[in-house]
Amino acid sequence: MSEFSVLKTEQIGRAAGENIELLGQILLIRRFEEKCVELYSAGKIRGFLHLYIGEEAVGVGTMSALKDEDRIVSTYREHGHALARGIPAGSIMAEMFGKANGCCRGRGGSMHLFDRTKNFFGGNAIVGGGLPLAVGLAIADKMQNTNAITVCFFGDGAVAEGEFHESLNLASLWELPVLFICENNLYAMGTALDRHQAQTDIAKKAGSYAMPSETVNGMDVLGVRDASMRAAELVRSESKPFLLVAETYRFRAHSMYDPDLYRTKDEVEQWKLRCPIANFQKYLLQTGEADAATFEALEKKVEKEISEAVDFADAGEIESVEDLCKDVYTPFQALTSQGE
Amino acid sequence: MTEKTRTTYRDAVRSALREALSGDDRVFLMGEDVGRYGGAYACSHGLLAEFGEKRIRDTPLSESAFVGAGIGAALGGMRPIVEIMTVNFSLLALDQIVNNAATLRHMSGGQFSVPIVVRVATGGGRQLGAQHSHSLENWYAHIPGIKVLTPGTVTDARWMLGEALKDPDPVFIFEHALLYPVEDDIEEDRTAFDPWKAKVRRSGRDVSLITYGGSLHKCLNAAAELSADGIEAEVVDLRSLRPLDTGSILGSVSRTHRAVVVDEGWRTGSIAAEVMAQIMEGAFDELDVPVRRVCSEEVPMPYAKHLEDAALPQPEKIVAAVKEMF
Ligand SMILES: Cc1ncc(C[n+]2csc(CCOP(=O)(O)OP(=O)(O)O)c2C)c(N)n1
Ligand SMILES: [Mg+2]
Repeated sequence: MSEFSVLKTEQIGRAAGENIELLGQILLIRRFEEKCVELYSAGKIRGFLHLYIGEEAVGVGTMSALKDEDRIVSTYREHGHALARGIPAGSIMAEMFGKANGCCRGRGGSMHLFDRTKNFFGGNAIVGGGLPLAVGLAIADKMQNTNAITVCFFGDGAVAEGEFHESLNLASLWELPVLFICENNLYAMGTALDRHQAQTDIAKKAGSYAMPSETVNGMDVLGVRDASMRAAELVRSESKPFLLVAETYRFRAHSMYDPDLYRTKDEVEQWKLRCPIANFQKYLLQTGEADAATFEALEKKVEKEISEAVDFADAGEIESVEDLCKDVYTPFQALTSQGE
Repeated sequence: MTEKTRTTYRDAVRSALREALSGDDRVFLMGEDVGRYGGAYACSHGLLAEFGEKRIRDTPLSESAFVGAGIGAALGGMRPIVEIMTVNFSLLALDQIVNNAATLRHMSGGQFSVPIVVRVATGGGRQLGAQHSHSLENWYAHIPGIKVLTPGTVTDARWMLGEALKDPDPVFIFEHALLYPVEDDIEEDRTAFDPWKAKVRRSGRDVSLITYGGSLHKCLNAAAELSADGIEAEVVDLRSLRPLDTGSILGSVSRTHRAVVVDEGWRTGSIAAEVMAQIMEGAFDELDVPVRRVCSEEVPMPYAKHLEDAALPQPEKIVAAVKEMF
């Protein structure tokens, strides 16, 4: 890392109340997904459901470092990214209910959340499939001289895909403003990192593409936030890509279908000791930024938001079957909002 | 009104590219060897010097990444033209094409469109063997969310690109590699140019030869030969494989009551099969005899000239298929 100029953590100021805001976002994601599990069992949510529980600090920390004009490309494990980016919980919940008031009118579901107003380019359920898109979005920004960067999330499993290597090479070769974020939760479904990678230090792979990289503790939201700010600043100011690897862990199974047979209970419990909520709360108590009442108030706020989200989803209409084939092609006049 | 310019298919493609690049800052071309090399088929020769490296981008050999990057750039407000050297190489980008280009609009509930144009060289006849000679355009025509154009004439090569760029969705243009040196007149009047409609290239009352792309000239040759024997064939050039112009297909069959579909794809699961199905659905009562097809034989493309010739549709095969109908 020494050859790359990175800002020092201390240089990044933090406004009062910002930490509480971050905790609130992590809590929202955690409680939202716990609710999703309930609703899945109740049959209101179907299909694949991939929970982010345990990994929330990565999405929240990263999103807090971005600007509105920045673009996000995500994976099928993206509820947390979507919420942290500010997509309303109700519109996400309604999407998972398959309702017309969902963010994709019930065409996407849990794995395919999109929101144009938030520059959120999906939920991609092809492992590695989002990386080339991120490269292209960055080409568009570079050619149009915007100041935006594209942030691309993917898992450790994606690192084995050709699209990872092709995309990192192209982004670096053409000096494109992409912040690649690998959420290394140590497993690709049931296959552990050391059973799918010859080189398990993922950050090192950036070196092959002459790209700077850093590994950060993904259970620590402030660490992720600072690392993301440094990385985003570098990507933005130098218009070059960066690979940030966040070491994290999913506390739940891969999806609702996964019996979770490939890792020990003990391993999971060890990681739960590093819970991004509990540890952040402990930190906030120590610094005096929060007390028990703060946490209670946050929980209340989050509970209300989620209950409203569920109500919104419940109340939503379903898309008419007559509109089944709508939005396969674009009515010509509809393109005006996309750079016309 | 009938002003014409004589040029090759290759130069027509180049003129179309130049026009697109000059007319819209959002347009750029990327692909393998499109820049310094000038394009594997020389379609973009000279464009690098004219438009510079930002807009004529030589890519690494990363079909998935550069096709996907084209999709991303389209999402980001650009109008990329991506060139894939040969249709067989497009298979390395199928993930991006099928899972992203074709789906993003629908999955996002209509929030995002993907206005990308992908140009692909296709087809056999040059003794390039089983990894450079196939006609896989019907694979792409199978996919809702993308559109497929197959310019078979110099005029179509000249004007289809511009129309494809106007389209807000992903458009694939399949250029049969044997057509690049073909010389013909360009019809300069483009006011009524519509790439999505089939065209009757030759009128006839006895049989419809329904075809596209590289097989068009074979059908016209076959029609000339048939005419000498007193059979007047109507040659219908599909031009667009998705959407298919069903009306024009049924219209021609209703006039001639006989149809042979000619397609360089393999017979099983071919575009020809789809056209035949549409005739069965929409013009069964018009038929005097069952519909026939002339497609590529069910074999990976062989290298030896006589074997490759035997594997591909040829005018003689078309003539023979027609004569069996009378
Ligand atoms: C190209 C592709 N291959 C296989 C799958 C099936 N699959 C879905 S998620 C997954 C594991 C991915 O692991 P990782 O990238 O580490 O992400 P994580 O699920 O751990 O967040 C697999 C194999 C897929 N969706 N796409
Ligand atoms: Mg993983």
